[in-house]
Amino acid sequence: MISRFRVLPAYYVFLVVLLYLPLMVLLLFSFNDGTALSFPLRGFTSDWYEGMLANGQLLGAARNSAVVGIGVSTVATVLGTLAAIALVRYKFPGKTLFLMVAVTPLLVPFLILGVALLILFSALDVDRSLLTVGAAHVVVAIPYTVLIVASRLVGFDRNLEEAAYDLGASFPYFLRRVLVPLIAPAMLAAWLVAFTVSFDEFVLASFTIGREPTLPVFIFGQVRFANRFPQVVALASVVMILSLGLVLLAQRLQSAWTRR
Amino acid sequence: MSGPSVELVGVSKRYGEVLAVDDIDLAIDEGEFFSILGPSGCGKTSTLRMIAGFEFPTSGSLRINGMETAKVPANRRNVNMVFQNYALFPHLSVKENVAFGLRVKGMEASVIDQRVAEALAMVQLDAMHQRKPGQLSGGQQQRVALARALVNRPSVLLLDEPLGALDQKLRKEMQFELKRLQREVGITFIYVTHDQEEALTMSDRIAVMNHGRVLQVDDSANLYDRPVTKFVASFIGTSNFLPGRVVGVTDDLAEFEVADVGVIRARPVAPLSEGAMALLMIRPERLRLAAPAHNDNSVEGVVEESVFVGNDVLHMVKLKDGTVFTIRDQNLGPEARTAVKIGDSVLVSWSPAAAMIVSD
Repeated sequence: MISRFRVLPAYYVFLVVLLYLPLMVLLLFSFNDGTALSFPLRGFTSDWYEGMLANGQLLGAARNSAVVGIGVSTVATVLGTLAAIALVRYKFPGKTLFLMVAVTPLLVPFLILGVALLILFSALDVDRSLLTVGAAHVVVAIPYTVLIVASRLVGFDRNLEEAAYDLGASFPYFLRRVLVPLIAPAMLAAWLVAFTVSFDEFVLASFTIGREPTLPVFIFGQVRFANRFPQVVALASVVMILSLGLVLLAQRLQSAWTRR
Repeated sequence: MSGPSVELVGVSKRYGEVLAVDDIDLAIDEGEFFSILGPSGCGKTSTLRMIAGFEFPTSGSLRINGMETAKVPANRRNVNMVFQNYALFPHLSVKENVAFGLRVKGMEASVIDQRVAEALAMVQLDAMHQRKPGQLSGGQQQRVALARALVNRPSVLLLDEPLGALDQKLRKEMQFELKRLQREVGITFIYVTHDQEEALTMSDRIAVMNHGRVLQVDDSANLYDRPVTKFVASFIGTSNFLPGRVVGVTDDLAEFEVADVGVIRARPVAPLSEGAMALLMIRPERLRLAAPAHNDNSVEGVVEESVFVGNDVLHMVKLKDGTVFTIRDQNLGPEARTAVKIGDSVLVSWSPAAAMIVSD
């Protein structure tokens, strides 16, 4: 008994260090006055952050990622919500198959999915651009949005739908005034998660990208240039903190609903 | 008061292999408090859902105010329902919940406000209109559900075991409250319940259902005093049964022969034919442990048990054919109580008018 109480906290500390040490190092070097990424640290500077903000290419890539992210998460949330409603509320033949098909993109290695999409786009003679990146990201974001919205719909009282009809409502009226307001927190959480998925995604983007890079693709291109690298580290720190913030916000929204 | 408010003719409902409602006929009058009573799975809820329009009959005709409505969807019927779990919209305030049906119809805001206020006053919830359903007690939610339905001024109000989730005391209060509301608004209420006491207390008439069929439609007193089948007699109140054979039928009395016990005179509820096998039904409070008066039936038995339950004393008496009768003796004070001991031989007697011959 006693030994278990000693081992568990130690294990927990070890796990936290393992998970967060690389991120801490990233943050640390983003303020390090020197281009060599090695200890000892040289001194504090905010040059890399200032340089980052002055770098038009970098900011353009960040904007591209934001645009793709917003488009992807909006489309994926709408499609995912509709799929979740179909899955939870209706009985239809092939329902299990439908669920598997909707969630499978999560399980296929992105490398393979990227190659497949590349072949598909060139076979269909579609020019690669931010739109093709967006299409690829929608494919991998939908499983998340379906699952998040479906988890909320599972607790949805079917009588509410009948009550709405009983009071004279049509199906669209019921959607607008009852269903969507009730699942809105889950839809928002789904949107945030989809955004994070798209914003960070590199493998699919690198296969389907055109001339305009997204942020992860741009960062990968910069790694080769040692003198620009600290700017990338600074940018990575910003992205990391924003992503973390979004995921935490999504979790808050989910649990805020659960408590109600 | 012209013509039935709701009329079902030969209505059946089949779910796959299961025949949930089996060829029933009902005619419910305007302004009537009508209950459908039966055990779970008897088809009462399916019947109500067909009247609401959530389900369509597999066959038969359903008329509301004389109009054929069997295939009209719920949102185009002038009936409203109070759900068993209330089904209040959790994201809307009490006021918005009640206003929902009027908003759907696109009424003017001032009219909606006035009617919602009236409806909330009717259920004594005026002070709560800003709250969300989650902040209300079960009884208050129940009232909101009532107001939400009644504010639409439906021609028929459907209630699906609305008191099921409330505690015993609140249930009693709500029974009287519902009856008062129904008298006040004068709307036809169709009330589904498995609780016989609830049905007896509130209803003008009750339909007793079992296995998808309507067994008897009658007022409370007649259902209790003159049940037609064994199921009705045992579902409503408690009864003693004695199996036997009809041996003679005269004007309003039948002679009923019970093996090892003898010939007993009783009232037939439905037409009887001589030689038919049937059951004698008699309520425990109509039996006496005393010497028979003139013309009374009496049978011999042995006291098996005698239980004091406060307002009554219950005696269990075994008859010669093995049937055990329960006799409910009202407790009229210590000096008036019939003193019997277990093992005593006694005479159980009753007036022939108190016993019915019912079908199994």
